[in-house]
Amino acid sequence: MKRNLPLMSATTFALAFASSFATGEASVEEYRAMLADKDANPGFLVIDQGEILFKTPRGPRNVSLEKCDFGLGPGKLKGAYAQLPRYFKDTKRVQDLESRLLTCMVSLQGFDEAEIKKKTFADQRYNETNTEIEMLAAYVGYQSNGMKIEPPLKHPAEKEALKVGEAYFWNRHGPMDFSCATCHAEDGKRVRLQGLVNVYNKKDIQATMTAWPTYRVSHGVVRNMQHRMWDCHWQMRTPDIDFGSPASTALISFLTHQAKGGTYDLPGMKR
Amino acid sequence: MKKSTLIISMLLAGAFGVAQAGEDHSAKVEKMVSVSFKTGEGQDHSRLVQDETQKVCSVTRNNPSDKQAAAINERERATIKYPDDNKLMGDWKNGEKLVKGGFGMRIGTIEPDKKDKQKGGNGGNCYACHALDPKEVAAGNIGPSLTGFGALRGASDDIVKYTYDKLYNAQATVACSSMPRMGHNGILTATQVADITAYLVSPESPLNKK
Repeated sequence: MKRNLPLMSATTFALAFASSFATGEASVEEYRAMLADKDANPGFLVIDQGEILFKTPRGPRNVSLEKCDFGLGPGKLKGAYAQLPRYFKDTKRVQDLESRLLTCMVSLQGFDEAEIKKKTFADQRYNETNTEIEMLAAYVGYQSNGMKIEPPLKHPAEKEALKVGEAYFWNRHGPMDFSCATCHAEDGKRVRLQGLVNVYNKKDIQATMTAWPTYRVSHGVVRNMQHRMWDCHWQMRTPDIDFGSPASTALISFLTHQAKGGTYDLPGMKR
Repeated sequence: MKKSTLIISMLLAGAFGVAQAGEDHSAKVEKMVSVSFKTGEGQDHSRLVQDETQKVCSVTRNNPSDKQAAAINERERATIKYPDDNKLMGDWKNGEKLVKGGFGMRIGTIEPDKKDKQKGGNGGNCYACHALDPKEVAAGNIGPSLTGFGALRGASDDIVKYTYDKLYNAQATVACSSMPRMGHNGILTATQVADITAYLVSPESPLNKK
């Protein structure tokens, strides 16, 4: 029975929306206004949990993450997320917020990467609370609230990630023949009643990217972009895309560059 | 000035064939994909291997040249299979269930679809992208509205076959269509495609009632 929960909640949601449609667009607006109420965003609780985790000595080496370098230097969190993804010399690759967190948990704290990767996302079907890496991403992301999205584009690897990320955005595969572009390259498109962002519409993609990490009402947890990438691939019926993989990170590079100049408004709140 | 810019861009478009899509990064994408997905039980990597049609549509960003489009149409037309009894008008009532069903084909270890929960096989998940029964308002709009499909077109043998073929393999007629090749890719069986055909075409179907 539990298995069917996501479908049921989606259906319930669709029905709720359907009745809203019957009574007019106004009640949908009301719902959206409630989502936009910052003071009511449960994501703040997750950010606080993330802060405690971040500053607490943990892992086999019993150290905190306070020396983690997100691109602006060890321990410099303010505005770091706003300049991700970027190339990191120590790992020799382009990393986003989540993959960089993973690096620090492994290299600084001594956690086992495979062990963390076994469970990166809370399972909303069982009302789980956020995983540690989800809490940490919510906290570090929030340190760029109010700042402009400005990922660097100097290193050849950053340029490469952007280009290949965009090419991958158009890559059709799997039994559904879908690519990201199937749903996200035109204005005003919906799956059922769910509006879809057009990645080539500056305003649209900025509104999306500036709201992540985001509290997802239907999941009851704060999600990050790596989860969004997994979720879309799952719906496209591919195997599970790996957390922090080159493909998910390149896609996030492309999306972030499309949203350049947008101002982070965190934590977001979405369906 | 304007004229020369136009000529240059035309020349460039001709030279590269896929002006809109720009450079071909497909080899890099393929390499990246090969290391970016979880492996092991429940992870079917054959799904990540593109067929020729997917390759062309990816590189051209769904804008194939006339020649490429014709090749896709021809190749995909050859894949269409019909039910054993050759009846393309199936059971519209079962078709109605199939267009609503959204389960099936999701894999991986995080949230795979469970086959034992899917009586009657995969769903067509048609409402994700199309409006069908006018009473169902929760319809997507990636594809065109199909409300009144049969009422508008009638139910001649030609229309039935056209509809069946479109459902079975949309790219037999429209190269790089957004629509999944439902029959060819094994999402729906030939009999299920015939049932949905009946749901779309039959005058009895709620989709065709005012």
